[in-house]
Amino acid sequence: MTKAPSITSYTALRNNKIVSDGLVVCKKSEVSASDFLLHAYEALELNYPKFYKMDHLSKAGFLAAEVLLREKGWSEKYRPEEIGIVFSCANSSLDTDLRYAETVADIPSPALFVYTLPNILIGEITIRNRVKGESACFVFDTFDASFQTGYINTLFGSGRVKACISGWADFYEDKAEAFFYLAELIDNKTNPIHDSNNTSKIYSELWKN
Amino acid sequence: MSRVYIASDNIFSPLGNSTAENFDKVMAGATSLRVVNNQHLSSTPFVAAMFSDENFFLQEDYTRFESYCIASIKEALNDTEISLSLPETIFILSTTKGNIELIENPKQRNTLRSKVSLSQTAKRIASHFGASNSPLVISNACISGVLSVMVAKRLLETGQYRHAVVTGADVLSKFIISGFQSLQAMSSDVCKPFDKNRSGINLGECAATIVLTAKEEYVSTEKKVVVNGNASSNDANHISGPSRTGEELAGAVLKAMSESGLSAEDLAFISAHGTATLFNDEMEAKAFTHASLSSVPLHSLKGHFGHTLGAAGVVESIISYQSLLNGVILPSKNFEEMGVSGKINISQTLSRTDKNHTLKTASGFGGCNAAIVYSLK
Repeated sequence: MTKAPSITSYTALRNNKIVSDGLVVCKKSEVSASDFLLHAYEALELNYPKFYKMDHLSKAGFLAAEVLLREKGWSEKYRPEEIGIVFSCANSSLDTDLRYAETVADIPSPALFVYTLPNILIGEITIRNRVKGESACFVFDTFDASFQTGYINTLFGSGRVKACISGWADFYEDKAEAFFYLAELIDNKTNPIHDSNNTSKIYSELWKN
Repeated sequence: MSRVYIASDNIFSPLGNSTAENFDKVMAGATSLRVVNNQHLSSTPFVAAMFSDENFFLQEDYTRFESYCIASIKEALNDTEISLSLPETIFILSTTKGNIELIENPKQRNTLRSKVSLSQTAKRIASHFGASNSPLVISNACISGVLSVMVAKRLLETGQYRHAVVTGADVLSKFIISGFQSLQAMSSDVCKPFDKNRSGINLGECAATIVLTAKEEYVSTEKKVVVNGNASSNDANHISGPSRTGEELAGAVLKAMSESGLSAEDLAFISAHGTATLFNDEMEAKAFTHASLSSVPLHSLKGHFGHTLGAAGVVESIISYQSLLNGVILPSKNFEEMGVSGKINISQTLSRTDKNHTLKTASGFGGCNAAIVYSLK
């Protein structure tokens, strides 16, 4: 049997809830989205103090990636250079851009300015997980399963990656959303094949309940 | 897999409005870096490469950023039969901050999201040219430009599209300038990449466009430029400081070289990122040493254009393969005395070459690196 890129795990964060592989891992209603991010960090006992200095977009994506990747032992199968990360977002870093712009008239904040690039989220996840392979950061109005799976499959097809973290995240006007999944080149019959249909299906069914 | 060629290009920069004009000025050693005294942008003077016409608007419908992008695309498409209206053409916009200057105008706040949105910005530019396909936006800090050419190549070689129009652009605003000032990353003098007395970056404005094609018949030059091996990598070290070892940039470089089937002696020169910050240039020198490229002549083009952010990888790619086509190796402007510990061979005079390959690299915030080879066929 030949190996094919397959979706081995997924995690999503939305409406103050984190769901991973179909199970709710963290939930807290009646708080703002930004407070939920802090709550989730504590509830999940992540113990990674750098989290506090991240911007909202990075926090949302980082939490989803943590739930997806931690303590699963998957990364031991690959060298850091063999793992890729492809990320896309809707509003780039606009939430932080507005916060940074408010500091400009007074004392511009370097701590905020570094987060005015959406790919900083990729940086945070690669640092945490020692991921050193291919990456790219795209901007789309909405999650484009067709492009994202297609591009990642060209990385698999040309042998550039053996595993790839695929992510979508957004934070704007106190609304947080993140959807991360892991695609791995494996031979199995149980995991869904990594294609546009399966990815869209997982993404759209996530928000039904 | 299809081979991918360069069909045409344009550089719209403070040095000139065409690739030829920009290349000739760079050959002559010219720079667009100036001391800028503009209270709207900064309370203190700074050195930057800025368009002289602050009010360059095509028409009221387009912002300054969009107008420069459209001007560059129009020039690039003038020289080719390829158009954005073809169903087989994809438009890729490479930028770090696009229309961010609108954030400074409180009147714009209501429409801010759609005006600043990079995907909406790209759509406005694409629809100006009647584009058939939804555009792609790559916003990946300072590697955006090199990465965009790389992604374009990959989309063409798998046959998803047959042509790609890649535009890299950024314009300067108080937002960007104050940010780099707050990081104390800006030099008060002209930038001196790899020099002992380097003290930081100069920012620059630019819009540059490369039209790529998988159809050889669309290439009109006698010698054809091929987009060759390429790779990206992550430091996994720090979000705003480069790798301590340079091993990750070296990793991307070695992958790009081996995918091209090349070794050090095949390269005419390296067009490095060379921002002239202490840490970046040191990291790059270590990386090139690590990749066994110490003997290859190397330069940074930042002394001519400044650091043009999302445009950098595109404009510097164009100058690099134009150098190959003209058989020249450019000197690294403003370099006087070696200021990095890695062994590298800084090009100090304009010299001739008959070699057919060049390597372009970039590194950026977030710890990202990209490397791409251009070859003559």
